[in-house]
Amino acid sequence: MDTTITNNFKSEEYQINMGPQHPATHGVLRLLLTIDGEIIKRVEPDLGYIHRSIEKMCERDSYQQIVHLTDRMDYLSSHINNEAVCLTVENALQLEIPERVKVIRTIIAELTRIASHTLWWGVMGMDVGALTTYFYGFRDREMINDIFEETCGARLTMNYNIPGGLMFDIHPNFVKRTKEFIAHFKTKLPEYDLLLSNNIIFRKRMEGIGILTKEDAISFGASGPVGRASGYSCDVRKHHSYSAYDKVTFNEILKTEGDTYARYQVRILEMWESLSIIEQLIDNIPEGEFFAKTNTVIKLPEGEYYQKVETARGELGVYIVSTGTKNPYRMKFRSPGFSNLSLLNHIAVGGKIGDLVATMATLDLVIPDIDR
Amino acid sequence: MTNEALQNLISSWIPDPIAIELEFTEEKSQFLNITVQPEQLHQLMTQLKSNPDTNFDYLFCLTGMDWGKELGVVYHLESTTHRHQIVVKVKTEDRENPTLDTVCKIWYTAEFHEREVFDFFGIKFNNHPNLKRLFLTEEWDGFPLRKDYVDEINMVIK
Repeated sequence: MDTTITNNFKSEEYQINMGPQHPATHGVLRLLLTIDGEIIKRVEPDLGYIHRSIEKMCERDSYQQIVHLTDRMDYLSSHINNEAVCLTVENALQLEIPERVKVIRTIIAELTRIASHTLWWGVMGMDVGALTTYFYGFRDREMINDIFEETCGARLTMNYNIPGGLMFDIHPNFVKRTKEFIAHFKTKLPEYDLLLSNNIIFRKRMEGIGILTKEDAISFGASGPVGRASGYSCDVRKHHSYSAYDKVTFNEILKTEGDTYARYQVRILEMWESLSIIEQLIDNIPEGEFFAKTNTVIKLPEGEYYQKVETARGELGVYIVSTGTKNPYRMKFRSPGFSNLSLLNHIAVGGKIGDLVATMATLDLVIPDIDR
Repeated sequence: MTNEALQNLISSWIPDPIAIELEFTEEKSQFLNITVQPEQLHQLMTQLKSNPDTNFDYLFCLTGMDWGKELGVVYHLESTTHRHQIVVKVKTEDRENPTLDTVCKIWYTAEFHEREVFDFFGIKFNNHPNLKRLFLTEEWDGFPLRKDYVDEINMVIK
């Protein structure tokens, strides 16, 4: 009897689409899954649904204009993307940037990181079936967005950085409201742990799946929390310090498990570190100018310039080749999401579709960052 | 390792300096730059990764380039143990059928990046496991990031 049943149901592979309109892909990403039953045999991402060719547009735009395009890559790290371009241009011009600018940039970058991680935490809970997290995450992120709105004039694509400094000085309420947020968030972050991190159902779902070893993480160019969860020390803020990160003390969060739960933990602990960085700086914003004077038309000296920064998702690299004109000859963005996506096939094969959803949630993909 | 020490070490790997054209520069860039011939690319890259003194295990950026006359690729490498960095450039003058060797067996991340370069510059990579367009559709005509690419409908020229 048993043999008849086995013979009647033959195992065979078939392909299905996940996306481009799938809630777990958080954007227009299409995954072509080759599956055998529910076991994944191969994941092939199909990209380009939101490709705007930002690199080609950069070749016709001035350096001030390029800053605005970078908002639209990883829109959850928009301030840090702007900063990356500004730092590259400033280094090329060898501009002296006022200390005030560096400190304000760092504070806002860390607020951006917290805002991005809270949103990630919310939607990640939703992906694995816990809808409450979505409202908790957005509640706390809203406070940061209000701070941004008051100081930068926008909530998401802030455009607060310009080559040479900042668009305008901080709002008089900035310090007060940031401190209010820190006090508020310190009481809320333990709730995150209570609700999700120590939840046994959640942990059973997350632990031991999507394992990435340290060697593979380096070879795939993983960065940010994805790399650090595999024990790979890749924090750009530590290894290639920029802005005011050399003035503060913070820990680089490292986990060695390399699984989905480790990536989750790294992001939660990183929010504590970001809070600590802001606390160290918020009372010590130096007085002074909020910009350094630049020419209206910025021309970079002939040469090649590279700058890397740590966005909420990992290492963003900006590579400018200049021939001495007001436009770059070639501009390349090495985006963290692109490299992090490339390892998805490697860690998802052998798992189930439900595991793929959890794994993708902790890779924290932002599709415009991948497509550029 | 300092840039100078790196330069000396890499030069010492080449038995016959005339047979292999290597060019080192540090001008106009914060990194040590090596320009290598397409035929020597794979061998040099393997050595940069596997030699314990260099140990360039992290390919942090792979950029397609159109220098006007030549097409090519720029590799930004870093060692996660020694924390030194280097830039390797490879150029080919063949614009009709530019072909280079893949490095995606050395650094897995290159597989995606090389597909992006193929998509936008039309550079083919030998031994690449899955070389096809990544962002654009298969029927797209031309390679948009080349300097001589013209698209009168979609491109705004200033």
